[in-house]
Amino acid sequence: MKHMTEEELIAYKEGVAAQRAVIAQHLAACEECRAELERIETVLAALDSLPVPNPGDDYGRHVWQQIAPRLPERPARWWQEWFEPRRLSALGAVAALIVVAFLFGRYSRDRRTPDTSASTEQIRERVLIVAVGDHLSRSEMFLVELSNAQPNLSSEKLVNISAEQRRAEDLLEENRLYRQTALQEGDKVMASTLDELERFLLDVANSPDEITSAQLEKIRQKIEARGILFKVRVVGRELQERQKATTPAPAQNDSTKVERNKA
Amino acid sequence: MIRMQPSVESTQTIADSDAVAVERTLAGDRDAFRVLVERHSHNVFRLAYRMTRNRPDAEEVVQEAFLRAYQKLGKFEARANFGTWVYRIAANYAIDRMRQRKKEEARKVEPAVREEGMENDPVALVHDAAPTPERLAHNIELRKQMEIALAALSYSERTAFVMRHWEGCAIEEIAAVLKSSSGAAKNTVFRAVQKLRLALQPFVGRGAQARAIGTES
Repeated sequence: MKHMTEEELIAYKEGVAAQRAVIAQHLAACEECRAELERIETVLAALDSLPVPNPGDDYGRHVWQQIAPRLPERPARWWQEWFEPRRLSALGAVAALIVVAFLFGRYSRDRRTPDTSASTEQIRERVLIVAVGDHLSRSEMFLVELSNAQPNLSSEKLVNISAEQRRAEDLLEENRLYRQTALQEGDKVMASTLDELERFLLDVANSPDEITSAQLEKIRQKIEARGILFKVRVVGRELQERQKATTPAPAQNDSTKVERNKA
Repeated sequence: MIRMQPSVESTQTIADSDAVAVERTLAGDRDAFRVLVERHSHNVFRLAYRMTRNRPDAEEVVQEAFLRAYQKLGKFEARANFGTWVYRIAANYAIDRMRQRKKEEARKVEPAVREEGMENDPVALVHDAAPTPERLAHNIELRKQMEIALAALSYSERTAFVMRHWEGCAIEEIAAVLKSSSGAAKNTVFRAVQKLRLALQPFVGRGAQARAIGTES
């Protein structure tokens, strides 16, 4: 009889198992798995006994008293959020991307013969390919640096990875955006690679600031075991190929452009 | 003329649901927001305490969550689910607070395991009104180990575990807080439980032994 994995039993216990009925059926027949589930439940039951202090019956009123003086007269309307400094910088980035797309389109149209005009869709795709390609090459560099880290396993000293965490956080923001775009576009391979990359980046971003050499070694091993670096490289190379294919060949003679401008 | 402050009870009749309270707040009735604060504070505190593992941080998270909710209320669309929404805001802020706290604690040589509330600790009192010294010692040790094991989880693991195991949140809710896919959120719950199990199984096993010794004596 094939037993349930620990992951399946935990998912069952936490109510997130995909095949709940199948697991329940197996548990009814398998004493070994029932015993394993009981061991998991014992640990969780111990954790359940950790106390949460009662903040008191009038806690809600206390919270209100604390926050009421700090509340603005009215909640902000949705459009006011667009003028927050953080939003303004994001808007700036989007505007810059649109300008790049516009200039890129114009530049490539200028270099083409007059009868072949690129559609907006193609330009958009090219910009996206360049942006995702850039994101993947920066992620690859990040993974390579982490993979090549040589922690001194004998040392008890903690390693500060706050700089790597910041990089992971930056990459994470972009990664989410590109993963969602890939999903919308139906690019399953890209979406799945970005999903795996995202999980790893999340792990790094949410690690403690200072970790032991052994923990750093674990991170390094995780990159190898999951083959993330390899997948990122493969998808990155594919994008480079697509970029080459969608970028029109340079004009034979730049003098054409000069002549046209003169005209 | 003395203007009477509207009581929570009188506004309750107007705002008998979160959706109405949100609408009224947006229309400029601040007391409607008070109803929401009073209604959801306890739940948000429980979540915040379980995530931060200390009361001052949990209280800060609660206040900040409601402040942020008020500021962003104009953007809130699913108006019937204010509780879920403020929960999500609180979980996000709790993660920020844990990160901040970690930096502060990094300066200390040894992280102190909080003894707060030990006198009322159900773990210490469980199974026996007059525990034997062995069992009491074990319970104190187990409590300490549980705090250490929870503190050793990454922020996303702790968030996923608290939200799923203790708060019963849907995987989609957890994924929204972690800004990950549902699959990744599910995997984070699994990793959290696996790590907790690995850290605590030996102590829980010893508990059975201690109970046996306690029964014999």
